[in-house]
Amino acid sequence: MFFICFSCTNEKVDTYSPTPSALQIPQLFGDKIINPVIPFDNPQTVEGIALGKKLFFDPILSADNSQACADCHKPENAFTDPDRFSDGINGTLGTRNSMPLFNLAWNYDEAFFWDGRAFSLEHQAFNPVTDPIEMASTWPEVEQKLQDHSEYPTLFNQAFGTSKIDSSLVTKAIAQFERTLISSNSKFDKYLLGETSLTPQELNGFNVFMDENRGDCFHCHGSENNPLWTDNLFHNNGLDAIITDLGLGEVSGDPADNGKFKSPSLRNLAFTAPYMHDGRFATLDDVIDHYSEGLQDSPTIDPLMKKVAQGGVQLSPQDKADLKAFLLALSDYEFINNPAFKNQ
Amino acid sequence: MNKIASIIFILFSLLSCSSDDDNNTVSFSLNFSHNWDGTPVTNADFNTIKFTNAEGDQLSIERLRYLISDIKLEKSNGETIIIEAYNLVDVTNNQNLIFSPTATISEGTYSKVSFIFGFKNEKNLDGVYPDLNTVSWNVPAMLGGGYHYMQLDGKFLNSSNMEQGYNYHAIRAADNPGANPTFPQDTFFEVNLGSVTISNNAVFNIEMNIAQWFKTPHTWDLNVLNQMLMPNSAAQIMMYDNGQNVFSLKSVDQ
Repeated sequence: MFFICFSCTNEKVDTYSPTPSALQIPQLFGDKIINPVIPFDNPQTVEGIALGKKLFFDPILSADNSQACADCHKPENAFTDPDRFSDGINGTLGTRNSMPLFNLAWNYDEAFFWDGRAFSLEHQAFNPVTDPIEMASTWPEVEQKLQDHSEYPTLFNQAFGTSKIDSSLVTKAIAQFERTLISSNSKFDKYLLGETSLTPQELNGFNVFMDENRGDCFHCHGSENNPLWTDNLFHNNGLDAIITDLGLGEVSGDPADNGKFKSPSLRNLAFTAPYMHDGRFATLDDVIDHYSEGLQDSPTIDPLMKKVAQGGVQLSPQDKADLKAFLLALSDYEFINNPAFKNQ
Repeated sequence: MNKIASIIFILFSLLSCSSDDDNNTVSFSLNFSHNWDGTPVTNADFNTIKFTNAEGDQLSIERLRYLISDIKLEKSNGETIIIEAYNLVDVTNNQNLIFSPTATISEGTYSKVSFIFGFKNEKNLDGVYPDLNTVSWNVPAMLGGGYHYMQLDGKFLNSSNMEQGYNYHAIRAADNPGANPTFPQDTFFEVNLGSVTISNNAVFNIEMNIAQWFKTPHTWDLNVLNQMLMPNSAAQIMMYDNGQNVFSLKSVDQ
């Protein structure tokens, strides 16, 4: 992307040359999984990322200038909301827990939201701005406010070569920033890189995770060979016997998808409570208890759910504690403290 | 995901014991289709209990994907072509049902065409294939690591007439799970498609009879063997036995 306006002597020369800014792919990601998804029409640039960050933290995107993306996607919570349901500008609560945001460029199928209703990170960002229970604005209003702003026209020009602001450029910039939200420095990452060791409890917890006779977590959440800790696919994990929130089924229209929601990454669980698509579990212990004794059967429950008739995999108290210790070792404190991801 | 699951490496090796006078080279593909004792099965048939296995268990399929590797074409004169590639056939998502190696082959009669179901042990290395890691195809290190050969998941009506999940996951059979598992026998196997004469670009139409996984020589009772089969080496060996007659060459289009 390179655009130059050549001009004659007394005219201003307007140069559009954003600085490429390739994603910094962590070693384990580069070694273990395929390359991230970067749309050809929205390459990462220094200017685009900076603009996206400013927009992410700016309440100007909401109808009454009171709410930014970061209000429901807080950096200290790995970009989720510690509240079960987020409230929009009118105080109305949503029905699902805000999703954490990291390693989004490795969502290869590019299906976003708990129910996968948005294809691509760029399209995902369109939704909250106009959702009446979130920012409750309209894109023409947002575009006009940004256009009238003292800084944004220049920033868009630097990022995209035009000072005429439209919604697609807003979402492109936000998506560029979001793709930089890479989490790869948990204790377990460092263990895999030979930089630290795990406690016996964490090691046993990892074995519980990988043992089909005990936790059997790996079929949906991967292993030491997949640093994403999610398959980014949709499963009914046995939360309800009667399904009221159809999840993926609402999007696909296929009854076989009813009650299916995206597998979240298990990174950063120390910061992302409450858990599940509806934030029903306040603690990690609640989550482990669910898979151990709390499974609810339903027609679309994933066959990977084990021992459903008994309520789950029946972990011992020790295995539960060890599994929890391992899961917490996937939390990345450097990520939530990274100044590049904070509003400063 | 369809961009990633086909070929990570392709090595083409031509091991020839004599010169060959068939100089015309052609491309070829493997086209995988599926049936249940002759009735075609696609992902449109998934998620409904509509199949009955040899034991009489009624079952559904919700997920089916499997790995094939190392296509081998042998001529009677000793000329052998080995295509060291792999392909993850994903029936659930209708991906990679056609595998087209980039290598070409010479025209002529091949006395034996074959591929490997799963990975040979020396190829079944832990974590080395990024595309397979990406789709979480791995086997836990405590069972020897490497990769699944097949994941066949669904539900069956159990003896209480209740739907229950099953996970017919084929891997390398392992005992003594842990730091030093042992391997009672190999459970990858060669699928011999027989003799084929190639005179043009060719498509090998290969059928998998899914019912066969539950049939011969072991009549599979899902009430007994349904989940946690990966650490069950006896079950893995039964899968290996039943897999011997699962695949067949239906036709060759050229």
